Amino acid sequence: MKFLGYKAVRLFILLVAVAAVSFLMIELSPIDPVKSYAAEMGASVQQMAALRSYWQVDVPTYQKLLDWLFDLLQLNLGVSLIYRIPVVNVILDKFTASAILMITSWAISGVFGFVLGIVAGAKEGSWIDKIIKGYCYLLQSSPAFWIGLIIMMIFSVYLRWFPTGLAVPVGTLASEVTFFDWLYRLILPAFTLSIVGIASIALYTRDRLVNILNSDYFLFARARGESHWSIIKRHGIRNVLLPAITLQFMSFSELFGGAVLVEQIFSYPGIGQATVAAGLRSDVPLLLAIVLISTVFVFVGNTIADVLYKYVDPRMRGEDDE
Amino acid sequence: MDDLLNVSNISISFTQYVQGLNQHVLKVISDLSLSVKEGEVVAILGSSGSGKSLLAHAILGILPENGNCEGDIVFKGEVLSQERKEQLRGKEICLIPQSVNFLDPLMKVGEQAIGDVPKEEREEAFKKQRDVFSKYGLSEEVDDLYPFELSGGMARKVLLSTALLSNPELVVADEPTPGLDSQSVKETIKDIKQMAQDGKGVLLITHEIDVALKTADRIAIFYSGYVIEINKTENFNDVNNLLHPYTKSLIEALPRNGFKLTEGVQPLDDVDGCPYFENCPIRDDFCKNNIPSLIEHDGVMIRCHKYNGEVE
Amino acid sequence: MSKVGFLNPLNSMNLRQKTILLIAVIILVLVTIFLSSYSIDTSTMVTNFMARNQAPSFEHLFGTDWLGRDMFTRTIKGLGLSIMIGAIASILSSIVAMIMAFLSSINKYGDTLMAWLIDFFSSIPHLLLLIMISICLGKGAIGVIIGVAFTHWTSLARVLRVEIKEINTSEYVNLARRLGKGNLWVAKEHILPLVVTQIIVGTLLIFPHAIMHEASITFLGFGLSPHEPAIGIILSESMSYLTMGDWWLAFFPGAALLIVVLLFDILGEQIEKLLDPTKAQK
Repeated sequence: MKFLGYKAVRLFILLVAVAAVSFLMIELSPIDPVKSYAAEMGASVQQMAALRSYWQVDVPTYQKLLDWLFDLLQLNLGVSLIYRIPVVNVILDKFTASAILMITSWAISGVFGFVLGIVAGAKEGSWIDKIIKGYCYLLQSSPAFWIGLIIMMIFSVYLRWFPTGLAVPVGTLASEVTFFDWLYRLILPAFTLSIVGIASIALYTRDRLVNILNSDYFLFARARGESHWSIIKRHGIRNVLLPAITLQFMSFSELFGGAVLVEQIFSYPGIGQATVAAGLRSDVPLLLAIVLISTVFVFVGNTIADVLYKYVDPRMRGEDDE
Repeated sequence: MDDLLNVSNISISFTQYVQGLNQHVLKVISDLSLSVKEGEVVAILGSSGSGKSLLAHAILGILPENGNCEGDIVFKGEVLSQERKEQLRGKEICLIPQSVNFLDPLMKVGEQAIGDVPKEEREEAFKKQRDVFSKYGLSEEVDDLYPFELSGGMARKVLLSTALLSNPELVVADEPTPGLDSQSVKETIKDIKQMAQDGKGVLLITHEIDVALKTADRIAIFYSGYVIEINKTENFNDVNNLLHPYTKSLIEALPRNGFKLTEGVQPLDDVDGCPYFENCPIRDDFCKNNIPSLIEHDGVMIRCHKYNGEVE
Repeated sequence: MSKVGFLNPLNSMNLRQKTILLIAVIILVLVTIFLSSYSIDTSTMVTNFMARNQAPSFEHLFGTDWLGRDMFTRTIKGLGLSIMIGAIASILSSIVAMIMAFLSSINKYGDTLMAWLIDFFSSIPHLLLLIMISICLGKGAIGVIIGVAFTHWTSLARVLRVEIKEINTSEYVNLARRLGKGNLWVAKEHILPLVVTQIIVGTLLIFPHAIMHEASITFLGFGLSPHEPAIGIILSESMSYLTMGDWWLAFFPGAALLIVVLLFDILGEQIEKLLDPTKAQK
């Protein structure tokens, strides 16, 4: 409990810092939000004036920052300029869609990556190890969005299993899409994101298992006549699983980055697409809110990893009770 | 009585990469021969870190991939192939490892001791494990402890128990005593002797002269990758009964307080002549360029050109 | 268990020679790509409406785009730009890492500050932070370079920090201090030579990430301007033509980028292996 309290305080300080810094970054930007927004959305002169007052163009920066932080404390995130509804609603809606995408591919890549890593590590040096390793190196070096494009070309253009292009225009809320429509759209992005995520967890699992294969207790288990696969099963997986899960929880930052790219390619109506739209069209309230929510997201992942490491491993469990 | 284990002319070497990725062959054990009979404890005494543990690994067939082993290992009259070693290890030949690091850190010791057994035999295996554990005075709570929770003495007993669970004929104990308090050392010595009395052969690998003297029936002296002398333990009471100059200096320098064999400049590179040439008080030119071979004399083995068949 | 084959000359080489050969070949390939991208005559890039949207052929290895431009030429041009931006960004990133590590080695407060900065920079998803920095600097090449530099320094800074700490507490540095040598002298004479390896390897290992992140962020529209021949631009343009089946517009440029990234990856690893043999056993 003390641990969670400490984490909550840290999160609060971190969020204030992130909010302040990202606000200042937007303020410093030479891109005039009013102009670029107007250019994108085609605003009239009156609207421009309204925007100008909304942006408080004539108020000093520190004043604006304090105002904004104060609004933030009251959970008042403002109104999204693109979607024309409160930012909180946009975030809730988009983040739910993205969370499903991210969690699905997170779980799939975790399971497959772990299995591939175990197989490769157990057969270290064999052709199957080389294939898995080569495949992972290739994946790690491929830009995620390129993999997305290739998958789209194969499944949408060549095989025609899935629709291409922007069936749902940006600015439409996911709630206006039917459930099956939405599930249908989930498949390719989730598939892409899973493939992208497999490499790091597989390589990590493999290295970890290889380390165990060189450990004293592996040697002793062999000396006691246990077979190779029995040792992998009894000792290998037992010792790799926890660090692998921990690593997977610490990968939320990359997961979010991958989601942004993949959502952009497949026009998946999630937080990633909203990020790009907000960035390109200077929807500052939405962009800042996304920065905050993604910080919370990454923080949660890291905290879970911390908890797992501290409280599940029997070696760490006893030590923390001062 | 036939030899239980007979190791003849074993050499073990490694291929390594050093700075700048140059290849290097490291010879760890050269031309090692020894035998162990039923009910006998044979100690290999050598300084720590000199690679004598690898003999144990070679017997069990668990040398690493880049390790190369030549020579024959004969167990009960049968030359052991890698496959045969894999069948025998953990059953007729058992290892007692150095430390608690040889146990899976995330598995409870009771579970670990029984090893990998089919579901239907687990109950029986646990019963047997409990018997052996209680024989060593390990209470039931110990079964559910993780290795890191064991005290040094407890860990030692757990490791001994794992070896005895399958009722082996040959036990290879690899440095079973380092870092233990004197009480635990005493108990370990007693336990190992008990194993021999139960008819098992024991190969004890150690760098502690005291432990070797108190436990073994015969002692093989390991120097710079070579066994230079194998003699009966009682002969170590009198320096004049020892044959090799190195052994003599060793025992002469030994104050009766458990002096450990850790010092001594031992050549690591391949030498053309006698490995002890540099430090030998009775060397001559012949010793410099010719490696002496291990010869038997009246149940005692000696590797020295200067030895002429007589005990001084 | 030593297997030495004499049939294949590669087999008779030892690992050191193989590693050096591999490094040399990779550097040669990368330099060739880089130089050829800057020596390409832009006249071959002119639009040619007679040869629009052609599939790959011997004349146009990677096909042509909707303006009839040769995709191979565009790809090489783009790779050159990628390598250039990757180089500037990763060197800049290493400099940031060095400054941070130096800062942390001065005193306790510097150390706390760096730990906090690392925490801060890794708490926002990389890609999002890149987007924010790029927006802050008004997009374009500068935005991307600074963005990549400021999101990739953390791992190298961590390594350097530990290394400097170890050296700083070592016997001979203490001795030098007692002999009255100043901090700068110690840094120059003792610390710098020892961390140079880490800096070289660290910079090389940032490289592939830098290239990939530049391409990603350009693809999303926050990076280089659409007038630049960047791979990210090529791929994002290709999206409108993929539905028509013009697969080569996306496939080859992306694959070429992958190969360049992979080469830098291997290069970094091999050099690390050469400098630190503990990674090469087996």
